[in-house]
Amino acid sequence: MTSFGPVAISCVGVRKQFVLRHTRSLKEALVWLVKGRKGDLSKKFLALNDVSLEVRKGETVALLGLNGSGKSTLLKLISGVLQPDGGSVRTRGRVAGLIEVGAGFHHDLSGRDNVYLNGAILGMSEKQIDDMFESIVEFSEIGEFIDTEVKFYSSGMYLRLAFSIAVHTDPEVFLIDEILAVGDEPFQRKCIAKIKELAEKGKTLFVVSHDLDLVSTICERGVLLEHGKVIMDGEVHEVVGELRGRSLDA
Amino acid sequence: MAGKVDGFVRPGSGRGLLDVYGDRFLLKLLVRKEIKIRYRGSVLGLLWSYVKPLMQFLIYFIALGIFLNLEHGTPNYAIYLFAGIVLVNFFTEALSNSTRSIVDNRDLIRKIYLPRELFPVATVWVSAAHFLPQMIVLIGACLLVGWAPSVLQLAAVVLIFIMVSVLATGLGLMFGAVNVYFRDSENIVDMIVMVVTWASPVLYVWSMVQRAMGPWYWLYQLNPMTTAVEVFHWAFWEPTLKADQVVTGTIPPNLFTVWLPVSMVVTLVVLFLGQLTFRRLSVHFAQEL
Repeated sequence: MTSFGPVAISCVGVRKQFVLRHTRSLKEALVWLVKGRKGDLSKKFLALNDVSLEVRKGETVALLGLNGSGKSTLLKLISGVLQPDGGSVRTRGRVAGLIEVGAGFHHDLSGRDNVYLNGAILGMSEKQIDDMFESIVEFSEIGEFIDTEVKFYSSGMYLRLAFSIAVHTDPEVFLIDEILAVGDEPFQRKCIAKIKELAEKGKTLFVVSHDLDLVSTICERGVLLEHGKVIMDGEVHEVVGELRGRSLDA
Repeated sequence: MAGKVDGFVRPGSGRGLLDVYGDRFLLKLLVRKEIKIRYRGSVLGLLWSYVKPLMQFLIYFIALGIFLNLEHGTPNYAIYLFAGIVLVNFFTEALSNSTRSIVDNRDLIRKIYLPRELFPVATVWVSAAHFLPQMIVLIGACLLVGWAPSVLQLAAVVLIFIMVSVLATGLGLMFGAVNVYFRDSENIVDMIVMVVTWASPVLYVWSMVQRAMGPWYWLYQLNPMTTAVEVFHWAFWEPTLKADQVVTGTIPPNLFTVWLPVSMVVTLVVLFLGQLTFRRLSVHFAQEL
């Protein structure tokens, strides 16, 4: 890994805990207080436990694991949506996520308005969006519908536009969460080609996906999470093999 | 982004309202979006921003000015009434919408990191955009009855507008953040909104309160909205009074020497507390929403 640049993402001893509240009634809280705060009012769930990870600039990392292993939580910590309960997460360079494509879309606005709104939400400046606008529309294959309200779009058009904006945000670090399955097959191929192009340009990719064959063609490094812990970190094919082995045992 | 050490940043750590200033472009788009979608599919569109307050004004004017005959004791009661109503409308709309802004934008907040202060601030701007047409109606009405304000009075209008915006932002940040954890916050704000119209001299005259409260009048005057409404009366209503209509004590004593500075300090304290509460609570917004 000597060819990679400085550290882009650094996680040190990261711990994230969620509180599962069963009830939030005032009465129960009072009873609990009167009884001398015995027992736990809420159940806690440790999503990530002492995760340490370093990703260098230009690396392409696949975050693998079964459902509930903490992959998405880790991604949200890196994007800043969540804050760790212990340890530290630090990033260098602009980080943008292809997390939940279209989260910032508004149905009553036109495609054009949504491109600007969503671009700005993902951290683009007005000038960047102006410059990229043609390219975004072209990639999305929306064409003349760009001035139609988004609520009249088919689900495919919607996702294509959202994905197109996201890949044009041009950050140094890309976080990608399960969005490779966008639109029909030709468009999917186009998306994957675009992501590979980004990787070749030296962008740092951090991908979460259950499509193991696909991630092993895009990424070089694999990190395997299980119950919130890193249990393997190495060449992607080996890690995929390990995960497949474990899934069979389970 | 704060927390820079050798080029590293801690994702999700912001500088609060300062980040909102840095993100003016996004703020502009958010405000425009809100304005666009508010009256979507309606024929009258932005005209509703004129119709609603006019209706409210008519009701109050007929019920209080004519039926209760307040017009008799307060010349140009219509102007007096409307100057207060528009300001209070601005405040209540800004406050109640910013309180709901975090919960309303939960889809975004759960998925993408943005300076979260953007949402309450954007709603205050949207309210300001609705306040503007009402101001135009007010100024038009004032001009009809011979309004001739001084430069100082015009400057006071701008100052009060800024003060009320800041006050609404501060309270909106506070209640908006608490609303994520306890939806009771919305109901508390609904009550504040209800009280505020009556807790400032919008429908009546300040001296009526002084008569009733006596030595405790200063308590009433501590409310920044009271001062704001009184300054608006001074700027809009007083200059419309004719020589033969002069009323004694149009504004309470010490309004400009004591109460305006006090209100500005209270407002800044509210903003500070609002930002503080917001920062404390915003750390866990994404998992609590």
